[in-house]
Amino acid sequence: MTGPAIRVENLGKRYRLATGPGQMDYRTLRESLSSAIRKPFRRRPKAEEFWALSGIDFQVQPGEVVGIVGRNGAGKSTLLKVLSRITKPTTGFVDLTGRVGSLLEVGTGFHPELSGRENIFLNGSILGMARREIAAKFDEIVAFAEVEKFLDTPVKRYSSGMYVRLAFAVAAHLEPEILIVDEVLAVGDATFQKKCLGKMGEVSKTGRTILFVSHNMQAITRLCPRAILLDRGKVIADGPSPEVTRAYLHSDQGTTAARVWSDPATAPGNAIVRLKSFRVCDRSGKTREVIYTNEAVGLEITFEVLEAGHVLIPNFPVFNDDGVCVFHTMETDPEWKRKKRPAGTYTSTAWIPSDMLNEGTLLVGAAMTTLEPMNVHFFEPDAVAFQILDTADGESSRGDYQGAYPGAIRPKLEWKTDYTPGGTPNEPAR
Amino acid sequence: MQPSDHHIRIEPPRGWQLVNVRELWRFRELVFFLIWRDVKVRYKQALLGVAWAVLQPAMLMLVFSVFLGRLGGFTGGSIPYPLFVLTGLVAWTFFASAVGQAGGSVIGSERLITKIYFPRLAVPFAAVGAALFDFLISLGLLGVVMAWYSHPPSWQIVFLPFVFLILLLTATGLGTLLAALTVAYRDFRYVTPFIIQVGMYATPSIYMALPEAPSEGLKLWLALNPLVAPIEAFRSCLLGGPMPWGGLAISAVVAVALFAGGCLYFRKIEDDFADKI
Repeated sequence: MTGPAIRVENLGKRYRLATGPGQMDYRTLRESLSSAIRKPFRRRPKAEEFWALSGIDFQVQPGEVVGIVGRNGAGKSTLLKVLSRITKPTTGFVDLTGRVGSLLEVGTGFHPELSGRENIFLNGSILGMARREIAAKFDEIVAFAEVEKFLDTPVKRYSSGMYVRLAFAVAAHLEPEILIVDEVLAVGDATFQKKCLGKMGEVSKTGRTILFVSHNMQAITRLCPRAILLDRGKVIADGPSPEVTRAYLHSDQGTTAARVWSDPATAPGNAIVRLKSFRVCDRSGKTREVIYTNEAVGLEITFEVLEAGHVLIPNFPVFNDDGVCVFHTMETDPEWKRKKRPAGTYTSTAWIPSDMLNEGTLLVGAAMTTLEPMNVHFFEPDAVAFQILDTADGESSRGDYQGAYPGAIRPKLEWKTDYTPGGTPNEPAR
Repeated sequence: MQPSDHHIRIEPPRGWQLVNVRELWRFRELVFFLIWRDVKVRYKQALLGVAWAVLQPAMLMLVFSVFLGRLGGFTGGSIPYPLFVLTGLVAWTFFASAVGQAGGSVIGSERLITKIYFPRLAVPFAAVGAALFDFLISLGLLGVVMAWYSHPPSWQIVFLPFVFLILLLTATGLGTLLAALTVAYRDFRYVTPFIIQVGMYATPSIYMALPEAPSEGLKLWLALNPLVAPIEAFRSCLLGGPMPWGGLAISAVVAVALFAGGCLYFRKIEDDFADKI
């Protein structure tokens, strides 16, 4: 067969933004009716528009494995949704040649009350497999998921690991010609992630076309020879993935855990103090893009004091993905508290304790402040970014719970439960 | 793997579009699995299990028999009133649960709709299918009560599939329309149960024998409500009695129009579901 498996031309997707915060895109009937009655001939005022994708062009040949990268809000998810036919584009078109399977999450349509066996059939059918196909692969799926003994147990009684394994096993046995995969690998423990990556690698060798979206740069470079970098709804790089991921990590917009300002002329700062570098590291001193919930996070700033005799306080605001300021931290090292600094190079590290931040991307700004008189010498918002990932081993603050875990922070608190044998009569008997 | 000639073009929405019957047919197994899931989940943890489908019309029959039959003096003509009212209730309960479940089905399937593609019409259709399952069980109850009163089925039972088809199309059309409207306007979450509640009282053929010569106003209303004739006919098919052919003809036209209109409106706005839901 000739011609590309995926052909995307001038693809655009526009969303209308609601005017107030927290407002959704649906209206109440009363609003529609009353505006129709009051001004029947006037068009509705134009809502603010936002192009999640615009002018996207690319082609993927049959058998190619392509990674899609970009920071949050770059349009990756929207692109996946359009390619998976979940939502329609506003401009342009996509031609898909071949049977398409898309995996935007593992376990879509899993029902907690149904047994493992029943969910395999339900989920398989939702993913587009025929009943005969599922029946033929049933034993293979069960073996991959390692849940033989619990096939007739409702999945709500499964451990989180079993649940994810079963869900992934069904998905892994889908055999489309074009596979569109979202970051489903960001679940489960490290061993299982490896198993999934292995399976993905296997699948890619069978000549299938794969489009793979991930934050995990390692996975992208390992699995995909080619990558496409999206930024603000546009393709800004398309080529061999080592080059594209490098471009991503070093671009100003990219999620990068370390920044160096080597040119004094452009470095943030003034005649008194200048920012030299800023990075996210772990206890061993290694720069880290991804840090697990059970590790402490170091925010390390290096700055050069050019003019001696000033009290200087390095400080960092930490924001999460939703733009919420999780906290702000000021240097509290007693050594330098209210002390005038001599000229020279300083490196300060602030340690965020382990089991403190919730999962997700965190953006850290770098600022240098003098309080009396108030003076901000430099402030570099979103200077670095890093990701917190759950160990998913049942030891983090979420325990064995697998679902969405809200909150800006998720400290592991000290819990204590007292138990009195016997109890009082109005307690339910156990 | 042999290359297939599957080809899909994804384009901006084009407004009104026809129902893609071929695609729906290809996804028939999914519709079946969705029905099977709904039925299974509903009865899996309920203590009374499948009996629940029987209990609902049975309890209503008791209440109607005591309050309308005994106290209100309603009669079913030659048919014992409990049997009379149960026949109406079995048909009505199917209609009400089909419309109610289909109406909330799309909102209730948010996870599916935002994560995977399949013909969206499968969702309300499957909800109607699950109501159909309950209906078949309650038909069993009806059979038992008919045997209790030694009331043999009428020969007119041959018309039953046709009469039921009218009910099915009306319920599916209305349910599909409400499912789409509920996504566009959240108010319909409250409108749907209200329509169903009012509908029961506004459909007198459920609980009373219609007068032989109704007044002009009543006549108009009976002609306007497309459920009156099918429910009366449903009873006549099973228990005997005059078939309201004129009313059925109007209802059949309304049913087809409602079904087509509901599906078309649903198809028109389904492209926005994932963004709006």
